[in-house]
Parts: sequence; C-alpha cells; structure tokens
Amino acid sequence: MIVPTEWVLMLSAVLFAIGVVGVLVRRNIIVIFMAIELMLNAVNLTFVALARSRGAVDGQVVVFFVMTVAAAEAAVGLAIIIASFRNRTTVNADELALLRG
Amino acid sequence: MGTILFLVLAVLTIAAALGVILHPNPVKSALFLIVTLFLLAVVFVLLEAHMIAALQIIVYAGAIMVLFLFVIMLLNLQIDDPDRGRRQVVLRGLAWLGGIILAVELALLVRGGPAGNPAAAPAGYGGALAVAQSLYTDFLLPFELTSILLLVAVVGAVVLAQKQRRPTIS
Repeated sequence: MIVPTEWVLMLSAVLFAIGVVGVLVRRNIIVIFMAIELMLNAVNLTFVALARSRGAVDGQVVVFFVMTVAAAEAAVGLAIIIASFRNRTTVNADELALLRG
Repeated sequence: MGTILFLVLAVLTIAAALGVILHPNPVKSALFLIVTLFLLAVVFVLLEAHMIAALQIIVYAGAIMVLFLFVIMLLNLQIDDPDRGRRQVVLRGLAWLGGIILAVELALLVRGGPAGNPAAAPAGYGGALAVAQSLYTDFLLPFELTSILLLVAVVGAVVLAQKQRRPTIS
C-alpha cells in the first residue's frame, strides 16, 4: 500500500511534539520517561518513512540501532529511578531538585 | 485505500499518545503507550517495514513496556497530584504553547522534504533478508559496538539497582 511520505512525516512531527509536551507537563519521572520513548518512536517513524521514500533499507537498519539504544536507556534509566526512589522515596521530578542552582 | 487506512491509524495514534501524557494514573499511561507502539507497528507495515514492525512489537511493546510496568509495580506509584497554585498552571499552559509551536515548526520543515507517493517497493523490501543483508555488511561495526553498549547497560543496571552495601571500615 502506498502512503504519501509527507503525511507520515506530519504524524511523526505531531508525535514528537506530544512527547516534548509530556516531558514538560508531567511530574512523575516514569511518565516523563515514557514521553521520551514516545519521541524516540516518532523519530523511528521518520526514519522508516524516509527509507521507504528512498527505496533503501538503510533507514530501517538505523531504526534497529535506535531500538537497541532505547532498550539500554530504559534499563539504565529505570535502575537510576529505583536507586533514587530508594534514597528519597519519591518519583516526583519537582522534589528531586538537589542540583537546582 | 492505503491513505484512508493511514489517516485512521494516525488519528488513533495521536489519541493514544495524548492519553500517555494526559492520564493521571501512570499504569494507564503505560497501557496507552503500549497501544501507541502497536499502532506505530501497523504504520510500519503500511510502509513495508515488516521486520521493523515485528521488532517494534517484540522489543518495545514486549520487553521495554514490561520493564516499565514492573518498575511501576515495584515503586507502588500513586496518581499524580493536581496543580498547586497559579504558577504551575501558567507553566503548564506555556509548555502546551511551546509544544504547539514546535509541532507547527516541524510540520513546516516537513514541507521542504520529500513528498508525494513513493515508488513501488522492490520485492522483499523491508523483510528480514533485506534488513539483515544491510545490517551484517554495511553496518557490521555499529552492530558489534551495539553489543558492547548492551553489555555496559546490563552491568550498569545491575550495579545501580542492587542493594547498597555499607562500606566496611577496617
């Protein structure tokens, strides 16, 4: 099935913006993390759409790498969240403001 | 046909993505994210990326989201507090305004990119064979480096999440 490339890119742009808003408006660190995953997926969609537009699979291979990095990031990030929860008993980003100047 | 299907999928995906960032309960947010990932996998199939669609469901919706749900369960998360005070409401409004501006800017950028219907894909495009051939020849070095990255991530996650032992003073 054929889908116009610019429509897919528009969807990806909207998803990325939703992810950015999610990072800004939510206070729960885990939900912020989910919004980051949403942004990664929006970028993956861009790669796949442009790979389809060029007729080459290189873009899809890059998506493969993005997924691996996302998996590594999720594992380390969630471990950091657990460690900080253990020390501070909170996952509220506003209360984890030790580094605020 | 493909276009109508894509439009329906796009509306559903955006709705599910909004659910992720708007639902006050983190567990429901995670479930909305799983829906979003599944819908994106269907969009990948529409774009002839069959291998990536399968990986999306197995790796993202399967492995990563189970990890998220597991951590939410482990931490026994509560529903987010509502906004306190006027400052937070104003900041939230500014964040939404910035997000809308970002979406419009990205959409304007897209207009300069490739447009129109792509040519029909060659046979086997996006299948396991085509992706693997590219992955194991042109991208062999990044592929090997990825294995080191995953090893480092595993070690890091174990070190960070293990119970902290008090340093013994001798």
